[in-house]
Amino acid sequence: MLRIQNIRSFYGNLLVLKNLSLHINEGEIVTLIGANGSGKSTLLKSIMGLLPPRQGLIVFQDKDITHLRTEKIVRLGIALVPEGRHIFAPLSVQDNLLLGSYSRYSFRNKSEVMADFDRIFDLFPHLVKKRKQLAGTLSGGEQQMLAIGRALMSRPRILLLDEPSMGLAPIIVEDIFAKITKLRSEEKTTILLVEQNAEMALDISDRGYVLETGKIVFQGPREDLLENAEIKRAYLGK
Amino acid sequence: MGSIYALAALGFNIIYNATGIINFAQGEFVMLGAMLMAYFAAVLKLPLLLAFIVVVLLVACVGLILERGCIHPLKNPSILVLVMITIAASILLKGVTMFIAGKEVHGMEYFSGENTVVDMGGAKVPTQTFWILGVLGVVVCGLVIFFNLTLAGKAMRACAFDRTAASLMGIPTKRMVMFSFFLSAAIGGMAGAVIVPISMADYQSGAMFGIKGFGAAVFGGLGNNFGAVSAGLILGILEALTAGYLSSHYKDALPLAVLLLVLFVKPSGLFGSEAAGRLKKF
Ligand SMILES: Nc1ncnc2c1ncn2[C@@H]1O[C@H](COP(=O)(O)OP(=O)(O)OP(=O)(O)O)[C@@H](O)[C@H]1O
Ligand SMILES: [Mg+2]
Repeated sequence: MLRIQNIRSFYGNLLVLKNLSLHINEGEIVTLIGANGSGKSTLLKSIMGLLPPRQGLIVFQDKDITHLRTEKIVRLGIALVPEGRHIFAPLSVQDNLLLGSYSRYSFRNKSEVMADFDRIFDLFPHLVKKRKQLAGTLSGGEQQMLAIGRALMSRPRILLLDEPSMGLAPIIVEDIFAKITKLRSEEKTTILLVEQNAEMALDISDRGYVLETGKIVFQGPREDLLENAEIKRAYLGK
Repeated sequence: MGSIYALAALGFNIIYNATGIINFAQGEFVMLGAMLMAYFAAVLKLPLLLAFIVVVLLVACVGLILERGCIHPLKNPSILVLVMITIAASILLKGVTMFIAGKEVHGMEYFSGENTVVDMGGAKVPTQTFWILGVLGVVVCGLVIFFNLTLAGKAMRACAFDRTAASLMGIPTKRMVMFSFFLSAAIGGMAGAVIVPISMADYQSGAMFGIKGFGAAVFGGLGNNFGAVSAGLILGILEALTAGYLSSHYKDALPLAVLLLVLFVKPSGLFGSEAAGRLKKF
């Protein structure tokens, strides 16, 4: 569904992704783990057109999206929940969700969008009571839920999540991961999960990749990653 | 008079919010509005409403061309480069206006007739004042509705707050920048069109409108529209008082003094808070 081939991405002259390749099949949950600064967020930015790679190819459903503008990529059905959530703090919860639907909102499908509000509120009942509240006043966990809900409002076929567990209590992380599993099983959303919280993320995934200084150094089914001695030591703390 | 500063300040804010740049050509938009209005209404004798609409559209198009021609083509320009472009644009607009319209001062009669006044408890208030206040009121209401109730307005606020996140929503951020130039030029044009019966205008008037509008924008907290309107009105009143009690020679210096004072004492402005952080980008 999403195929990344030999991409090289730079910040100015700094080469961050060094011939990186990976792919995600339809309906999969794939986890990408890697140390701080290994280039995980950079990869997601490259996919979204926020930092287009200088070389290589990104193909989504047989369409070359390497150099498309971000808004086009969103329209095609890829959504990113960025690291640090980036919700629109001065706008209400409801308006945040509404803006999530920007890419497909029109007079004609207004009722569809309204129905999607209910879908999101079903998924995150926490947000219902706070819908009129300014997003900036939410707790960290609620903000993360809002960020995910906002991304879902574009009805993505593939959802990219950048460290959704960051800074959250374990119980909330568990809740969010349960919702991610539910998204896959009920809405058939394909998911690429970037996580430091490797064990929990791998638990809900089909496959995983390990990124080290801009290169994929290991890939395989969940079990292979969970059992690999080196990965255990470096990422699973065993 | 204060209403004009409020309108000019709103123009500064809209572009600042969308792009983070101070558009030094904002005063020129007001000047263009004034000059064109004088031309269409006083020389061509178009009906007032028609002239007003034509003027506003023309000035808005100038804003659009400025963005399309000078700002849009640049890939990753720094804020400083952009600000310098707006300064260059303001010089250009001034030059072109002088070339076409000459150096004379242009004016026209009040919208409600030559020098009509309303007697308000002894004070004679020119009728044009009410036109100006009316336009300010309409613009403020329009902006409030736009930014709070429409999807496009909310998208613009989202852009202002977090450009990257906005583009992740599929919001075409570059088009929002373009629209911000269109909108603030239109507001500048309106300001110019209603002020010209009172203050007259020549090709150089833009600088004064620009500085005073900028003063009001900073005074009110850059990017804060409520602050801009309040500060613009306060500035206008202060200016009138200065002219009345001190000397009218000093009245133009006042906004500058206020601007400097605010920058020294409270750079976030009277009503601003977070904008202070953003101001540091310069
Ligand atoms: N905007 C930027 N400008 C320049 N260099 C950057 C920028 N963002 C990241 N980098 C550099 O790129 C490298 C990869 O950063 P990236 O954010 O992709 O790492 P990450 O794997 O997401 O790390 P983390 O786990 O901390 O989120 C780092 O060396 C970082 O210093
Ligand atoms: Mg990261």
